[in-house]
Amino acid sequence: MSLTVLNVIAAVVIAIAFAAANAAYLVWAERRGAARIQRRPGPNINGPFGLLQPPIDGIKLMTKQLMIPGGADKILFMVAPVLAMAPAIMSFVTIPFSEGIVARNMDIGVLMIFAFASLGAMAILFAGWGSRNKYSVMASVRAVSQNVSYEIPMLITAITVIMVNGSMDLKAISLAQAGGFWHWNIFPSLQSPLMPVSFIIFFICSLAETNRAPFDLGEAESELVAGFHTEYGSMGFGLFFMGEYANIVIGASLTTLLFLGGWGCPFGLFPGVWWFLLKIYLLIATFIWIRWTFPRTTIYGLLNLSWKILIPISLFNLLLTAGLLKVF
Amino acid sequence: MSAPIQLRPDETFLLNVGPQHPATHGVLRVKMQMDGEYIVKAETVLGYVHRMHEKMGENRTYAQYLPNLSRLDYLGALGYTHGHVLAIERAAGIEVPERAEYIRAITVELNRVASHLFWFGAFVMDLGGFSPLMYAIQDREHILDMLEAVTGARLTYCYYRFGGLYNDVDDDFIEAAKRFIPRMRKSLKKYDALVTGNIIFQKRLEDIAPVSAEMCRKYGATGPVARGSGINFDVRKNEPYSVYPEFDFEVPVYHECDSMARYKVRMDEMEQSLRIIEQGLEKLPGGPIMTEKKPKNIKLPVGDFYQAVETARGSFGIRIVSDGDKNAYRLKLRSPTYSNMHLFDEACEGMLIMDALAFMGSLDLVIPEMDR
Amino acid sequence: MILETTQQALQALFAGAVPANEAEAGAPRDNGVILRDYQKHGYHLDAQVAANQLLAAVTILDQGGFFIESITGVDWIKENQMEVIYDFSRYDFDPCRVVIRTRVPRDTPVVPTISTIYAGANWHERETHDFFGIKFEGHPHLVPLLLPEDADFHPLLKDFKA
Repeated sequence: MSLTVLNVIAAVVIAIAFAAANAAYLVWAERRGAARIQRRPGPNINGPFGLLQPPIDGIKLMTKQLMIPGGADKILFMVAPVLAMAPAIMSFVTIPFSEGIVARNMDIGVLMIFAFASLGAMAILFAGWGSRNKYSVMASVRAVSQNVSYEIPMLITAITVIMVNGSMDLKAISLAQAGGFWHWNIFPSLQSPLMPVSFIIFFICSLAETNRAPFDLGEAESELVAGFHTEYGSMGFGLFFMGEYANIVIGASLTTLLFLGGWGCPFGLFPGVWWFLLKIYLLIATFIWIRWTFPRTTIYGLLNLSWKILIPISLFNLLLTAGLLKVF
Repeated sequence: MSAPIQLRPDETFLLNVGPQHPATHGVLRVKMQMDGEYIVKAETVLGYVHRMHEKMGENRTYAQYLPNLSRLDYLGALGYTHGHVLAIERAAGIEVPERAEYIRAITVELNRVASHLFWFGAFVMDLGGFSPLMYAIQDREHILDMLEAVTGARLTYCYYRFGGLYNDVDDDFIEAAKRFIPRMRKSLKKYDALVTGNIIFQKRLEDIAPVSAEMCRKYGATGPVARGSGINFDVRKNEPYSVYPEFDFEVPVYHECDSMARYKVRMDEMEQSLRIIEQGLEKLPGGPIMTEKKPKNIKLPVGDFYQAVETARGSFGIRIVSDGDKNAYRLKLRSPTYSNMHLFDEACEGMLIMDALAFMGSLDLVIPEMDR
Repeated sequence: MILETTQQALQALFAGAVPANEAEAGAPRDNGVILRDYQKHGYHLDAQVAANQLLAAVTILDQGGFFIESITGVDWIKENQMEVIYDFSRYDFDPCRVVIRTRVPRDTPVVPTISTIYAGANWHERETHDFFGIKFEGHPHLVPLLLPEDADFHPLLKDFKA
């Protein structure tokens, strides 16, 4: 038992705790935010500002009976929620919160996160297929086609950033943007004049990848009841829920690290984890804001957006950046 | 938007939408033969809240039957009770004081705005936008409060009587209604900016679910569904009843035939209803609210009487076949959503399920009204 | 305008003398077209036809641009007859409501379906079948609509006991 192994175990435990706490309190934030948008109080009874609501909800979910519908594929049905949560936690391991706070920095951090993110589609597929419900199957087919189509522009955009910064190491990418907001990747540079566009594409893709409104076709509760998790209750549903919010945090972290200078201060002062957290929570607030103000797109509108607009633009951006990197 | 597809009837499956489904807003069931996400064939199954109101109409006296009418459509109940009292008054030849008719028109229009508001919120929620429902409910709440003050009920009104009203409106109501109109106009502008202009919303509705005027005629569709298909038909204008000829208002008609047209018709209708309310409050005459020449137990002459009114959902008709007794010999309720929903089966063939459910929302269904 | 043309077209279905107003029609009335007082009855034309004339009458209305309002039945138990009432109206500012009725024997209530002409008659006929047991010949799918799937009773019959 070497120290590294212990380190990793400690890191995973902290990552789980962080993911769980985030999931719980982002639900609270989402409900409060939605309530604010909809002119109602939201959860405000339990504890100050309703802050005790998430643990109570958690206890409720955990004490419920886990029902497996008759005729369901038991293994897939049980594996799916775990598969939704586990990759999200694994991705936290390699996210640097600041220069020192990272469980296990890797040279291929970006690649690893994308690799884990693509497992999320499997979880949805398993859940939809395993629950033996036509609505779930339809929803999971939708969600998977959506995830696959949006992974492509997201990856191409990430490659653009990687080319500009010359590294797949998230820490290095973040450090390359240090020292003031004009160094951030979101702003156009000589090598890559289309960076703001890249940022928008990346942001849209992270909305779609996390199955958030207006791209929540996998859930689409007014059409497909509750989508792929229709048949899930108790902690099976809870894990999906936590996985969703953990993915949101990862999406926001990745956007921050790739485009918004990571833990760097906009004016080069006191870089640190607080800046990182501030940035990701601002992004998450935008996620929530968008969800409660937009209606849902259609499946063909969604796929058209990816294949006909985002992918060509991001490919063009990639070529342009590659060309300009040769010139400058 | 949806490209023509090659349906493969050999690879279809049956999807049971309802009777418990978020999109049906009640206990409606549609059996859909699906090819992937496309609907090959749909068959609507009704009757989950069928209560045989027509039999009750035969068993109860005309006055006892009054509360039944407001149990048909829980969102726009006043329009239906209005139809009933008008039918009895027509058949029995009862004169109604002018003030009572004005108050009836005002309250019916208020109820129509409330009904359309709720539909607006629920419809946007069908499309995945949650927040507008809360705004709409807030505005609707003002109307319900006003109506509660004069009618004593919030949903299932029993306010009209044969020959007049049960209760006169007071100054508070008139004040509240006058305050409400500008506030509602402001809200309508807000809804326009918040929802109508949204690009996702437009993409989901424009050119989706076309219902031709000919199809409306064959199925007998009325109300906003017909008006969204370019048919200028509103019972208030085409067969004027009550005091509607006294009011200056327009009937919004859109020729696009799509879901967006049906949406726009209802949004414009709210503005027109506000105009009617405004004029009604201005012109509201004094005088009694109940006629004095009214028999205690109403008996209709032998015959067959029909009365149509424009409710929030379309043309509601009530047919009373009388054999001279104090109950109807036969009482038929012609419900507008029944006819409007009927065309769904044919219109949604080849449509994507999400478009079809948005289309269903644009029909403005109230299931108890359809099942009676 | 449309009122006169429709009246003439419907009248042409009947050979010979037909009653022109309520007083002449008698009770139970003979087949024929009557102009009704709209203020009192709420409709303009009231045509009673034989069951075999029904399709011809409905075709006239279809060509006249009428839409179908509703179909319903009435159980005239004393006369041992069943009446089917068809309501039609127009999307027009020249209102013209037409009522077509037909009477069939109570023991064998069969009328031809009009769902071939008006697709929207489908549900109305199913509903009338539910409530009265009237058979619509040629109807594509005459199963209970509002009543339970296995319903074998007809609640609006006057001799129905729950």
